[in-house]
Amino acid sequence: MSTRLLGAPVQRTEDRRLTTGGGSFLDDLGSDACAAAFVRSPHAHARIRDIDVMDALDVDGLIAVYTYDDLTGPMAEPLPLLIPHPSIIDGRTPYALAREYVHHVGEPVAMVVARDRYAAEDAVERIRVDYEILDAVVGVEKAMQADRIVHEGMADNVAAHLVQEVGDAPAAIGAAPNTLELDLEIERSASIPMEGRGVYARWDSARGGGLRLYSSTQTATGVRAAVAAKLELQLGQVEVVVPDVGGGFGLKIVHPWPEEVMVPWAARQLDREIKWTEDRREHFVASAHERGQQQRVRVGFDDGGRILGLDVQILHDNGAYLPYGVIVPIVTSTQLLGPYKPGAYRVEFHSLYTTTAIVTPYRGAGRPQGVFAMERTMDAIADHLGKDRVDVRAANVIKPDEMPYDQGMLFQDGRPLIYDSGDYPKMLRMITDLVGWDDFEEYREQARAQGRRVGIGLACYVEGTGPGPYEGGHVQVETSGKVRVATGLTSQGQGHETALAQVVADKLGVPMSDIEVTTGDTRRMGYSVGTFASRGAVTSGSAVAMATVRLRDKVLKIAADALEADPGDLEIIDGRVQVKGSPAQGMELGTVAVLSNPLRYAFDAASAAATQFSGAADYDRPPVPEDEAPGLEGTDFYSPLRCTFASGAHAVIVETDPATAEVRILRYCVVHDCGNLINPTLVEGQVHGGVAQGVAGALYERMAYDEGGQLLNASFMDFLMPYASEVPRIEIDHLETPSPLNPLGVKGAGEAGVIPASAAIAAAVEDAEGFRIDQMPISPSELFHLRRRHARGEIASVPRRPAHRSLTKEN
Amino acid sequence: MTEELHEIRLRVNGIVHTVSVPARRLLSDCLRHDLGLTGTHVGCEHGVCGACTVLVDGRPMRSCLMFAVSAAQHEDITTVEGLAGPGGEPHPVQRAFAECHALQCGFCTPGFLTLIAGYLEDNPDPSEEEAREAVSGNLCRCTGYQNIVSAVQRAAELRTAEVVGGPARAAEEAPAPQPHSEGGHQ
Amino acid sequence: MKPSAFTYHAPTSLDDAVRVLAEAGPDGKVLAGGQSLIPMMNMRLAAPAVLVDINRLPGLDTVRVDTGGVRVGALVRHTDLEDDAQAARTVPLLRQGLRLVAHPVIRNRGTTVGSIVHADPSAEMPAVLALLGGSMEVRGPSGTRSVGAADFFTGPLETGMAEGEIAVSAYFPRPAPGSGTAFVEIARRSGDYAMCGVAAVVTLDADLRITAARCCYISVAPVPLVVDMAEAVVGAVPASADLSAAADLAADRIEPEDDIHASADYRAHLARVLTERALAEAAEAALRETAGPGPHTTGIGAMR
Repeated sequence: MSTRLLGAPVQRTEDRRLTTGGGSFLDDLGSDACAAAFVRSPHAHARIRDIDVMDALDVDGLIAVYTYDDLTGPMAEPLPLLIPHPSIIDGRTPYALAREYVHHVGEPVAMVVARDRYAAEDAVERIRVDYEILDAVVGVEKAMQADRIVHEGMADNVAAHLVQEVGDAPAAIGAAPNTLELDLEIERSASIPMEGRGVYARWDSARGGGLRLYSSTQTATGVRAAVAAKLELQLGQVEVVVPDVGGGFGLKIVHPWPEEVMVPWAARQLDREIKWTEDRREHFVASAHERGQQQRVRVGFDDGGRILGLDVQILHDNGAYLPYGVIVPIVTSTQLLGPYKPGAYRVEFHSLYTTTAIVTPYRGAGRPQGVFAMERTMDAIADHLGKDRVDVRAANVIKPDEMPYDQGMLFQDGRPLIYDSGDYPKMLRMITDLVGWDDFEEYREQARAQGRRVGIGLACYVEGTGPGPYEGGHVQVETSGKVRVATGLTSQGQGHETALAQVVADKLGVPMSDIEVTTGDTRRMGYSVGTFASRGAVTSGSAVAMATVRLRDKVLKIAADALEADPGDLEIIDGRVQVKGSPAQGMELGTVAVLSNPLRYAFDAASAAATQFSGAADYDRPPVPEDEAPGLEGTDFYSPLRCTFASGAHAVIVETDPATAEVRILRYCVVHDCGNLINPTLVEGQVHGGVAQGVAGALYERMAYDEGGQLLNASFMDFLMPYASEVPRIEIDHLETPSPLNPLGVKGAGEAGVIPASAAIAAAVEDAEGFRIDQMPISPSELFHLRRRHARGEIASVPRRPAHRSLTKEN
Repeated sequence: MTEELHEIRLRVNGIVHTVSVPARRLLSDCLRHDLGLTGTHVGCEHGVCGACTVLVDGRPMRSCLMFAVSAAQHEDITTVEGLAGPGGEPHPVQRAFAECHALQCGFCTPGFLTLIAGYLEDNPDPSEEEAREAVSGNLCRCTGYQNIVSAVQRAAELRTAEVVGGPARAAEEAPAPQPHSEGGHQ
Repeated sequence: MKPSAFTYHAPTSLDDAVRVLAEAGPDGKVLAGGQSLIPMMNMRLAAPAVLVDINRLPGLDTVRVDTGGVRVGALVRHTDLEDDAQAARTVPLLRQGLRLVAHPVIRNRGTTVGSIVHADPSAEMPAVLALLGGSMEVRGPSGTRSVGAADFFTGPLETGMAEGEIAVSAYFPRPAPGSGTAFVEIARRSGDYAMCGVAAVVTLDADLRITAARCCYISVAPVPLVVDMAEAVVGAVPASADLSAAADLAADRIEPEDDIHASADYRAHLARVLTERALAEAAEAALRETAGPGPHTTGIGAMR
């Protein structure tokens, strides 16, 4: 009997190729392709007066130079606004090459195609662009003031404005016995995958033309549709293949990038293979960022700490354009609620244009900001009432018997924000146990006696995962017995090949080694959405599970016929269909595949068995029965009713250096509930990586734009992505509350690790220092200045916190 | 404006290659595009991320911060493709990375593997702290490094067992690590 | 991020190297380890028309240690100097500084002399040379000359080397008997350029009184800034030295600036904190040096 593979810590099947140099990343392909490079705006905001390419023309190896004037038809129109929403007032998107204005440093102005990237950069360097420099708009305050306008024809910089209300929050706050106001801020950061973007196009002019496009993307089908529309091709003329992708973290769900349409367009123009591999400097200024928000929170609460009304106003920096719509501020607005019942809730956001890189989802996608608002509020309530911070959270969480819980809003997928399952009181107990919350005061006293300063903080989150509309799965048994699996969404390191193989192995009864999984290839699965919003396991996992069940039914039916048994009496063990209790009576899956496809011709010994004179035939029915198809395969699609809601809590202990204001994380604890675990090792890996990005966003990374819109830290020298020396060891405890919404009972796990980190670390630093922390990230230099301001009385102290939780916990 | 080419001789993974390159050809590009050894990745081209790390005469170095013409002065270059043993058996660090789930997207992995392979030659039995320090010059965006640190120590175990008993015995003598139990203040 | 084209020379004699470099004039650059130069070339912030690769020059890859100090050839990699036990015994500050230079992989290729010639005011090895009062031997068309550290560092990324000159070696004199040294710094991430760093040397007499003390500061002045701390601490035993007065002396001299990683005020604050830490560590090392081998527990807790 084979052991269950769902839930097992199986080693990854991807690793063999990736540890031996056998991976195929975008730039590993197309060794004969020409290279593209782009002339990019050095200014944050400018009008292009003239582009002079003369000096570039004698560069050895130059093939072509393109500017906006070369573009026609849809290529000359702005790129699509991918996710329209009623709140969008004026949705601006860029042109593939700048038409008249540039709106951020790094915006592509001209494209060069050359023999190789060296020559292409030589040409780029020699193209002179005459700019009339216009006013930069940096930061949401400047954008909201609207003294300077980013886009021609707009009266202000408001791209979108939305108010959502559940109940009458202003009235509830007005009537509440206690109220507080908080002004909060989170700065920009970004996905920054180790592999940047990249596109490689091959045009085949035969038979009306066809395009093979490789892209380092999170959506193969999205790129296909977008490029087809721009190049006026039928979908059937475009194949998109996603190779190994060196990380995405949300960034690569945006499509089409200007470069992603220019490269195939030029490949067709020139009838040559062209590749563009983004370099690191381009990546910083010309891809996308996230996170930048200012928030004003007003909250009313009772003496027990229960929130009666919550009113949040958000200024969201969406950068120069809005290609991905308002997903990020909508997610902030809705996921801010976390595991809590806020009573009445009002949330309003202004999404604002600035002359900086575009803002699109980065792992967490607006949730870190929302959790920051809510969890900073929880701590403020606790301090106001002199209560323990855990007690206040316990007083506000939704109880298991209230599930499913309807928050009364619409989520980012346009469907109701109804939590499907979760056990938040237990989650709180687990995190306080794991970190030793109740013993911390003793530890703090010991540290204090040694002249050390330590603090503890925690933060909770709920994450809507696995949104639709759908994903598909295709599972096929070859006559060799090998099983080929395809799903349309892509993989950027999550281990989909392994996790989906586990699903198939478990549901079909074949060894992992016989299963090969393909993701992100429109040739294998043309219907798909993409990898984002922690949806891979939920949507593709479910679809593959459902397809496998269909396949299994067919296997059993064919085998039952052949074995003259009842399908219900058969089982599949290690790739062999056999009669339960008498394993000698059975056949290999490959043989079933042979039987599933009656043949006229024999190609080998296996197919000979399926030819027309090979055995007994039933002359009363056709070789392929009605309502059946030849071949042993199953396809199915999973379309979720709505999102499933994962949850978790992080607790952090920090030490702050009294002299240098350096912050060191002593312990980082995670309780995580993503429903049933397909592979705990992979889930823990996702948590580790998420936490590392969370720590990065809390203590190290930011996008340092100056007032003129120049990004001052556009390199790994100055953008402080943490090394191993900066990331703490992470302790994890799993809680498994299955989702009732999908056949596997799973919830998404990809983004969770990053979500509460800034909130939890801010809380711990605040606890160590004894004054409010309202802005993240925080550097030693900033903490040093906060200490000075606190010493001058400019920042309020946090009151001394109770040493113990109340013992009358209702959870 | 045709650029002068230099004919150079590079010994990579034990094989001598003769290539003609312009002086400015970075070693990373030469390995990837001239020799087709695309396992060495390029993540920043300013020497910070470490994805392009290769062993030059046994020492880890950034191939994006060397010109191929300069690298040709060295005896031997080892890339990720050359880490496996003569019979194709994976290097202990390659096995350890898979066992410990020390990679996700795999883009930075070749740089870590060559770095660690070089490191273990001089430091066969690192503590956890030393292991963490050893990998602290390379960037990974996926793993949070925890499993990479574990893999350094696991690779050291496998390597020691291999030195004693050869690769076949290594797996038997060095059982896979158990998940860590956690708890308690530091 | 690919470098511009250049003409490449890899001479095999120093005379040839000097000649080729002189012919190239202002467009020529020397390539040794390349760990600072090549990133700038990849970003096209530097685009020398002629590159003189000195890696084939014979005799420049040696570390020579004598009783007076350590002479480091232009092709000695940081790692080799760091691993040189004799050099570390003679001038312990070498290893103390080298351990803070970037990451080991960069140190495997980068050269100590190259780092000094690059003259980044945030780099450690220029500070080591400056603190110890070392010198650079440079070769030019008109011969060889020695330039003292005080004259060598003239500004950020600027040195007293003339066009066409090649640095051949750096000389780090051994500190006076009874001396101890330390190098402490605060960086955002391990291996980053420090927001502030301080190298210190403290010399004790037979009565364990401080006879000399100096600090050198990185990242808070246009050049590695040496400050004589004699006024504040000479005559005191380490346990009662007025380190705060030493920090005051530093505060008067440094010229920190704001950048995206740290404000000028914070750097100034770090300079004070690190002055005290560096002097304390250096004094502790001097006490160990004075006492000879064996455990030593005198004083440092009391100093702080």
